[in-house]
Amino acid sequence: MSAVSSLTQHSPVRRLLRKPALVIGTAIVAITVVVALFAPVIAPFDPYAQDTAIRLMPPDAIHWLGTDAFGRDLLSRLLYGTRPTLLLVLLVIVFMAPAGVVIGIVAGYFGGITERVLMRVTDVVMSFPRLLLAFAFVSLLGAGIFNGGLALALTLWPAYARQARTETARMRASDYLAASEMLGIPGWRLLLFHVLPMVLPSATVRVALDLSGIIIAAAGLGFLGLGVKPPAAEWGSMVAEGTQVVFDQWWIAAAPGAAIFILSLGFNLVADGLRDLMDPRHG
Amino acid sequence: MTRTPAVEINGLNVSFGGTDKRFTAVRDASLRVEEGKTFGLIGPSGCGKTTVLRALAGLNTRWHGSMRLFGEPVQPGQKLSGNIRSRVQMVFQDPYASLHPRHKIGRSLGEPLAIHGASDIDGEVIAALAQVGLTPDMAGRYPHQLSGGQRQRVAIARALIPRPDLLLLDEPTSALDVSVQAGILNLLSDLKQQRGMTFVLVSHDPGVVGHMCDEAAVMAAGEVVARLDRDGIDARYAAGT
Repeated sequence: MSAVSSLTQHSPVRRLLRKPALVIGTAIVAITVVVALFAPVIAPFDPYAQDTAIRLMPPDAIHWLGTDAFGRDLLSRLLYGTRPTLLLVLLVIVFMAPAGVVIGIVAGYFGGITERVLMRVTDVVMSFPRLLLAFAFVSLLGAGIFNGGLALALTLWPAYARQARTETARMRASDYLAASEMLGIPGWRLLLFHVLPMVLPSATVRVALDLSGIIIAAAGLGFLGLGVKPPAAEWGSMVAEGTQVVFDQWWIAAAPGAAIFILSLGFNLVADGLRDLMDPRHG
Repeated sequence: MTRTPAVEINGLNVSFGGTDKRFTAVRDASLRVEEGKTFGLIGPSGCGKTTVLRALAGLNTRWHGSMRLFGEPVQPGQKLSGNIRSRVQMVFQDPYASLHPRHKIGRSLGEPLAIHGASDIDGEVIAALAQVGLTPDMAGRYPHQLSGGQRQRVAIARALIPRPDLLLLDEPTSALDVSVQAGILNLLSDLKQQRGMTFVLVSHDPGVVGHMCDEAAVMAAGEVVARLDRDGIDARYAAGT
């Protein structure tokens, strides 16, 4: 084996393809993202166009998933429903999880008073009841997926902080960090390239697992009428509307229900696959 | 004595724990290690020898007493910095814990090389591996894909990157199979000769001490109880050879 080739990494694409669960999960998530981005192009009908002449229609060649109580095309509403769901997911990925991880690493690495202050704040936030806080947000700020989601996300980061702190603190005593320190590797490099890679896999898995929980919680808010305002397409509220006619027109509730299920499953599969992928010992 | 000793500590005290439950790991230890020598710290488990080593390494700064490394005073509570930082390096006891599990060997060696201003990182990684008797293809592996002896060789190669004058060895062979222990010890002896380093070797293995050390201090319960020169070591630990 030549020295040069052994220094380069295996192609990440090839490693990915060896994990069918991850491929399926990624496909589900990727398709959902594409649908959300191009919903106006993909959707066959206007999701808000009402037509009482064709209300509660079973699936047929024109309306593939049938129509709801207002005669709106279910498939179009389902496709548009990816948008509020993914918005929420995005909120968590780009803001809450990184915030938690950073707080946890800083607390675990520096210890002492820094750790005590940060972790007590974390404890306080952690003790907020999540769904009740979401209710409070919604009643204060008005119904809306963003307000409800914000409350869900705000109560999520402490779990990341706790986990990252524990892992960092354990690593703090490790010989390999001591060795790196002795070699003169500066502190920010240690945090970024030595500590973070050890904390990231579990945080990533947690994100992916949390996302399925968030999707379900958001759907729950929608189901209770605390999510998006009525005409907007959102899976939870679509299920709620469908339950009123569930014995005669079961597909109206089943379609968004299945969508929630599949996307949650997708994130769970991604979570599982990512954990294997990010740990070289499983490679 | 005209030369400054590599290590000079006087009245070193190290304790752990809070004010109510205080445990003194090292009590009033004084050592003097001449440059170019291999100095042994001997004693049973828990006698404080590793604690002395970690204080010398700058990993534990909560000690009292006076310490000079190559004539430069080191203050307690302060990390080693600048010149002294790179002159003092350490090889840890457990080669399974001293390499970052998610960094390939090439990176574990390459990162300190980059920091110490190497230009041809790949070439120097290969050179660093070669001097500890490892082939270049090791650079592409993760620590868990190496044997204990190979890992310890990598750890030695890494410790040598800043071109240290003082190498602290914390039972470098005790976690290894008997069959590879001799290889590591011979490697260390060869490197010491090539580079003219000073070693401080912590061990409880009479064979290792007898084989390696010019001088030694015996520790028990946190105190230095005896100092041995080469003859003293022979008398006490009659080396097999």
